[in-house]
Amino acid sequence: MHRVHQSLAALLLLSASAWASAQATDPLQARSLAASCASCHGTDGRAQAGMVSLAGTPQDVLVKKMLDYKTGRIPATIMHQLAKGYSDEQITAIAAYFAAKK
Amino acid sequence: MKRRQFIQAASVGSSAGVLGLSGCASVGGARPKVLVVGGGYGGATAAKYVRMWSDYGIDVTLIEPNAAFVSCPISNLVIGGSKSMAEITTPYDNLSKRHGVKLVQDRVTAIDPDKRTVKLAAGSELSYDRLILSPGIDFMSEVIPGLSQPGAQDTILHAWKAGPQTLALRRQLEAMPDGGVFAITIPLAPYRCPPGPYERACQAALYFSKAKPKSKVLILDENDDVTSKPALFKKAWTDRYKGIVEYRPKHKVVDVDVKGRTLKFEFNDDLKADVLNVLPPMRAGDIASRTGLATANRRWCEVDFLTFESKAAKNIHVLGDAIQVAPLMPKSGHMANQHGKTCAAAVVALLTGKAVNPLPVYNNTCYSFVSDKEVVHVASVHRYDAAKQTMLTVPGSGGVSSAANELEGYYALAWASNIWADTLA
Repeated sequence: MHRVHQSLAALLLLSASAWASAQATDPLQARSLAASCASCHGTDGRAQAGMVSLAGTPQDVLVKKMLDYKTGRIPATIMHQLAKGYSDEQITAIAAYFAAKK
Repeated sequence: MKRRQFIQAASVGSSAGVLGLSGCASVGGARPKVLVVGGGYGGATAAKYVRMWSDYGIDVTLIEPNAAFVSCPISNLVIGGSKSMAEITTPYDNLSKRHGVKLVQDRVTAIDPDKRTVKLAAGSELSYDRLILSPGIDFMSEVIPGLSQPGAQDTILHAWKAGPQTLALRRQLEAMPDGGVFAITIPLAPYRCPPGPYERACQAALYFSKAKPKSKVLILDENDDVTSKPALFKKAWTDRYKGIVEYRPKHKVVDVDVKGRTLKFEFNDDLKADVLNVLPPMRAGDIASRTGLATANRRWCEVDFLTFESKAAKNIHVLGDAIQVAPLMPKSGHMANQHGKTCAAAVVALLTGKAVNPLPVYNNTCYSFVSDKEVVHVASVHRYDAAKQTMLTVPGSGGVSSAANELEGYYALAWASNIWADTLA
């Protein structure tokens, strides 16, 4: 029983933080932030041939990739320079926007 | 519901389209009207995104004199010989078919900011609730008197608006004898596309290295040094194009002798060349000046960076190369595309009584081809600074390629097809 309480509490905490990060950026602001990616990655993240489509990519995958670019954990031609221009909160909002585009 | 069905439904009656526009500021509940003047990277993007982001509830008319969009980025490859005009040309029809933008092929001759109307060359008049003006640049040819001689500008080309002059310059290089000199002159910054002239020099040199190896490329730059990606371009000139390209800074063109194909400079000796490519100083497109919007040095249009609304006229938004830029903001197609979206979001918000985004963040990416395959880039991220009321680059972001490489050549072409689609499809 104690364990159930613990995991319930953990779950509540998790959803609270997810809720907080989703609320941190206004949806229209998130749309505009994501649109700054569209010049290369296509309108709403639906890319033409030769570029990675972002639409429908799970949020955690996109966030991890952007943070990896930001910290230099993965090599890039340009994304390491662009990722450094966006805050972690902005990256989370952008990733949520593209994840919701199926 | 698919997007196209939605547009059709919306165009049948106004009811479907205005559902999301209950806060509409327009009089009498009519659908708000946005006119976009100029179908380049800024205007075409704004037209599409105002439609999309208003759920197709705002009427958008795009007025553009050209029948199709011809891209300045990649156009230097036509001059170098590795791309055709067809490959840099995109029709406008998807803007109307997919997004319901009304297309008017005409030129705006006058704007009346008080009556909120524009006059077309064909004679008719259109009214607007908000006007988005993306007029590009025009040339201050008057500072180079020789260029006003009859026919001078048919011989001495700028080829700085992609189109007939792009191909004409290519033909001049083809007609030039081996052992000839191609001279390109660059005005003091700011001008459209900072790295463009240096890329063009590379493309001419590439063509010469293959077809006429005794020929030379002379770059005569009014600036103190190469204004964009200096180390990368200089490396291309000293390594790849050794003996072909010569760079000379601090050369201010003051006149040109068209018949004698001779450049005259403020401080340097006259210079004769076989093909002259003169980029005169630039300013906002003429229609902006005529409307009294070019308030910075009588050259560029000052705007509010949250909305792109002109500081000189209400309800007129100015985008792209025509604006007085923020610090370190280049006049580029990519940047104009980003202006277009920022402005579209603001225009939709203003016409529907919503709050304008208080913190725009966007980026610039610029690829330059140093050969037909290898590319160097410069990138930056720009964020609104509320205290300074301008866009500033985000500290630590941005940068250039470590070296010219083919992978970025691949990405550069993918960038082009993606931004053309984002702007026009």
